[in-house]
Amino acid sequence: MAKTIAEINEKIKKGKVVVVTAEEVIDIAEKKGIKKASQDIDVVTTATFGPMCSSGAYINIGHSKPAIKLGGGKTYLNDVPVYGGFAAADIFIGATALPDDDPRNKIHPGEFKYGGGHLIEDLAAGKDIKLVATAYGTDCYPRKKLETWINIKDINEAVLFNPRNACQNYNVAVNVSDKIIYTYMGILKPKLGNANYCTTSQLSPLINDPYYKTIGIGTRIFLGGGVGYVVWNGTQHNPNVPRTEGGVPKTPAGTIAVVGDLKKMSPEWLRGTSITGYGVNLTVGMGIPIPILNEEILRYTTVKDEEIYAPIVDYSNSESNILGEINYAQLKSGKIEVRGKNVSTASLSSYAKAKEIAGILKEWINSGNFLLGESVQLLPSVGSNISLKPLKKRPV
Amino acid sequence: MQKRRVVLTFPYKLIDQPITSYLVKNYDVIVNILRARINPKEEGRLMIEVSGKEENLDKGIEYLKELGVKIQSLAQDIRWIEDRCIQCTACSSLCPTGAIEVDREKMTIAFNKEKCIACGLCIPACSYKAIEILF
Repeated sequence: MAKTIAEINEKIKKGKVVVVTAEEVIDIAEKKGIKKASQDIDVVTTATFGPMCSSGAYINIGHSKPAIKLGGGKTYLNDVPVYGGFAAADIFIGATALPDDDPRNKIHPGEFKYGGGHLIEDLAAGKDIKLVATAYGTDCYPRKKLETWINIKDINEAVLFNPRNACQNYNVAVNVSDKIIYTYMGILKPKLGNANYCTTSQLSPLINDPYYKTIGIGTRIFLGGGVGYVVWNGTQHNPNVPRTEGGVPKTPAGTIAVVGDLKKMSPEWLRGTSITGYGVNLTVGMGIPIPILNEEILRYTTVKDEEIYAPIVDYSNSESNILGEINYAQLKSGKIEVRGKNVSTASLSSYAKAKEIAGILKEWINSGNFLLGESVQLLPSVGSNISLKPLKKRPV
Repeated sequence: MQKRRVVLTFPYKLIDQPITSYLVKNYDVIVNILRARINPKEEGRLMIEVSGKEENLDKGIEYLKELGVKIQSLAQDIRWIEDRCIQCTACSSLCPTGAIEVDREKMTIAFNKEKCIACGLCIPACSYKAIEILF
């Protein structure tokens, strides 16, 4: 019999909810069968913990006396340039922003020791942050320069807002050239020297709800150690891709935009990330509960590593040649075969930490402190009028 | 045959002496130099793997100590800062000696310092500065 989210929330309030992780559900469904398991289980928790470039945070620093209008001026936090093109006191911090004097890749590969991602981690950690701003001055905002320390506990708002996170599946990166390359998929040794992947496979949120039948605008989630929400589909969300029989995309596909109160998050689950030769990033911890409304939704959550496939892509070539496809059971074994060669694999996202997050979210729900959010609009799915558009360059 | 991985610190007065040659010649041991750093007018440091009969190794190390060379195990110069590690495994496929091992069941990292040769290949692969070589 089908359940509703309201019914599941009633069970959570009464302490009678049954929650399992996306890893645990596999064995349970195998033993009990899909039908019985879907009746017994109310929620399956999924999670991921990996670098997510399209992340950021906006803050409101409060008004100084005399006041300054940051909008239209220049603002730096810990020497990282932040975006102030709003009103007087709002700032957006982008995860990949770098200090003006960072050497970048001048001596290749650059180290990228500090940037927006680290700044967001430091804010969440409650560290004092140095603010330096210059503005043009107006009759109502006469101050032209401001230098001060700020702290997350003193400012009005601090909100994590990530335009594209939790990508549904991703490439396996290799390098067939004869030179080492430094990419957002890590260090790739020449001549198929190694292969890097970046999803938490059978634990990953959108892989467990492949057609977005429960995840949508309003879904309440674990975000950076605090509570957050799905607010839109992520940028480059692309449901119309080849899928397995079970519905799991075989290439990058869906994404989500998420928001949450940074003041309640933890540096343990928001980590500044220095990717050699590439840049700075933010590693985001995310957990999404999937309400088991019916048998079909449970069946999706029983997806196993060996049923999830990713394309093997050569990153030494701007054409991104696809060399084959491989499943996550093989990737997690540590060795795969590409073009007849044994290649060592490694992951950039943390399966172990994702498992921890799925466990924490399970605890939150079991303790009655976390009710499921009812999605007010689901994400665009297969058949929607969406395609991934490349940029068509036109002469200026 | 025994193998030991050690870091030798030579005081300023010894840095122009061919001590490693004497070690090989007089004590019948094999010395594999993993890393070396000599700062003029300061101390010199040598990271070596030394192998041979146990008694020869003991005697050779005694010889170095008598000269005033400080000896410590290589493991002391390598730090894996577990708090910073997110257990992603990105470093593991670059490790040439298997010092960084992945538990395939749990997908967690274990760092076996005894197998580490301090090549440093893992350091740029770690995005969280969780591995340090102090040498």
